Amino acid sequence: MHTKRKNHPLLGIHSLLVMIFIYVPIGFIIAYSFNSSRLAADWSGFTLDWYVSLFNNRRVMEALGNTLTVAIAATVVSTLLGTLAALSIRSVGRKTKAGMGGLLYLPIIIPDIIMGLSLLVLFTQFHIPLGKLTIIIAHITFCISYVYVIVSTRLAGMGGQLEEAAQDLGANAWQTFRHVTLPQITPGIISGALIAFTMSLDDFMVSFFVSGPSSTTLPIYIYGQVKRGISPEINALCTLLILVSVTLIFLAQFVLNRGKGQKKQSVLPF
Amino acid sequence: MIELSGVEKQFAGQVVVHPLSLTIKEGEFLTLLGPSGCGKTTILRMIAGFEQPTSGQILLDGTDLTSLPPNRRDLNLVFQHYALFPHMTVEDNIAFGLKMKKLPPKEQRKRIDEAVTMTQLTALVKRYPHQLSGGQQQRVAIARAIANKPKVLLLDEPLGALDLQLRKNLQSELKHLQRSLGITFVYVTHDQEEAMMLSDRIVIMNSGKVEQIGTPREIYATPKTLFSATFVGENNIFSLDGRLFAVRPEKLSVERNPEGCKRVGEVMDVLYLGSIHKLVVQLEDEPMTVSVVLDISDERPWTIGEKVGVNWKTENEVVIGP
Repeated sequence: MHTKRKNHPLLGIHSLLVMIFIYVPIGFIIAYSFNSSRLAADWSGFTLDWYVSLFNNRRVMEALGNTLTVAIAATVVSTLLGTLAALSIRSVGRKTKAGMGGLLYLPIIIPDIIMGLSLLVLFTQFHIPLGKLTIIIAHITFCISYVYVIVSTRLAGMGGQLEEAAQDLGANAWQTFRHVTLPQITPGIISGALIAFTMSLDDFMVSFFVSGPSSTTLPIYIYGQVKRGISPEINALCTLLILVSVTLIFLAQFVLNRGKGQKKQSVLPF
Repeated sequence: MIELSGVEKQFAGQVVVHPLSLTIKEGEFLTLLGPSGCGKTTILRMIAGFEQPTSGQILLDGTDLTSLPPNRRDLNLVFQHYALFPHMTVEDNIAFGLKMKKLPPKEQRKRIDEAVTMTQLTALVKRYPHQLSGGQQQRVAIARAIANKPKVLLLDEPLGALDLQLRKNLQSELKHLQRSLGITFVYVTHDQEEAMMLSDRIVIMNSGKVEQIGTPREIYATPKTLFSATFVGENNIFSLDGRLFAVRPEKLSVERNPEGCKRVGEVMDVLYLGSIHKLVVQLEDEPMTVSVVLDISDERPWTIGEKVGVNWKTENEVVIGP
């Protein structure tokens, strides 16, 4: 049935150019993180010194600690809330569902700068001191949307028939959820959590507005350093950030595909 | 066995199923037959418990089911698209209902083995649904349902998604299965041939109303309404003094000499279908065509445009409607 389509040779060149366009800047950062010269302009040999000094830098470690605390807390809470939202929204009427779904989706579209500003106004209004807690709350607000979108897509893809079949076979509401719905949406929950974690990890704009003096996250730290010139240390830090996100996503994909011989499915819906 | 009394269903004020009373006997193969949107699936879903009737009652073995949720009804539904659990093997799919009922493991094993043998799935028990063909998935869906030994098995167009050849094979398997299990089957289809082949009784439905209930023979030989006369099998409808009557194509005959014939017309088409040989005749005085099935031994050659007489015996006229 499948005939191999012959592509125009220019298409190949085009995709190559797109790849270069996307990956050259990242490639530079990674390459220069191993450059023994302090100056970005010339290459004077391979070194891991910058990575070593990174780990000896107290301020970097502190920022890393903050970032991880925030990311983990925001991921756990938003995954839970987003999943519950996706599950419960199914039981409301069609019009309410469309309205609520839209509202839940909105934070993805609202510009980060407005999210950050409005949260700052809110926190000041209620005299909540800016710090890790405010960053966590801020991150939860936009992470819920990602989890909600991914889990509800997964739920919609599952359709209602599997749950009806479970009920028909004698399962009560909890058993249906436990044995049919949950296993079916687990890939969605994992991928939602991953996206939430990644979004929290690299968020700069919202964090910048709602962070306090002792709650510097890695992106804010990097921003502060770059104002004084790009150091190879920063390149090393960025390389590690890239490594962590890529590894996490591949890991999740691996775990999913290993699971009970199911069809391969992509972790990321987009 | 199952009794529906005055069961009605409305969606948003629109009547989908008009009040319906029907008794389904024990061990019967009953088919709800009708075009899509006629309400047949809604009736099935009301029996299964996925829809609540607007009014009326559904009784199983004399007990009122109407307010019971689906998981507390002693009947099982085979879904149109099978609804197999993708994350479970064939065996786990079949075991699901038994586990929910908390049957002892020994009994579970026995029931699974029985169901698997009966549906010829023995070699496939360790597979996942996506590793099976459509026909095999269908068998798993049936095995999963019959392992529960339900009092009634409901089937919602179970063969609708399969290709013709496979459908034919599974039809006879289903009939065989129903006979050997002795379970009451309530079957939904829009395929009249399938309904005729499988059913003990057929309920013909159209726009939420029952047109006729009867055995396949009754429905074919003595249709009560215009809809049943034309929905099941081919039919020729004539009108006489404002009344309608139907004559099946195989009850018509054609003659070269139109004299003494009830109608006169022109041959429009000659259809040779192997075991059946048909003529389509355009009538002279009426804007209609009739189909005539010729006797298998009839070797007369026909040419298109030829003038012929169409005749039938008065006793083969079936008067339709009030």
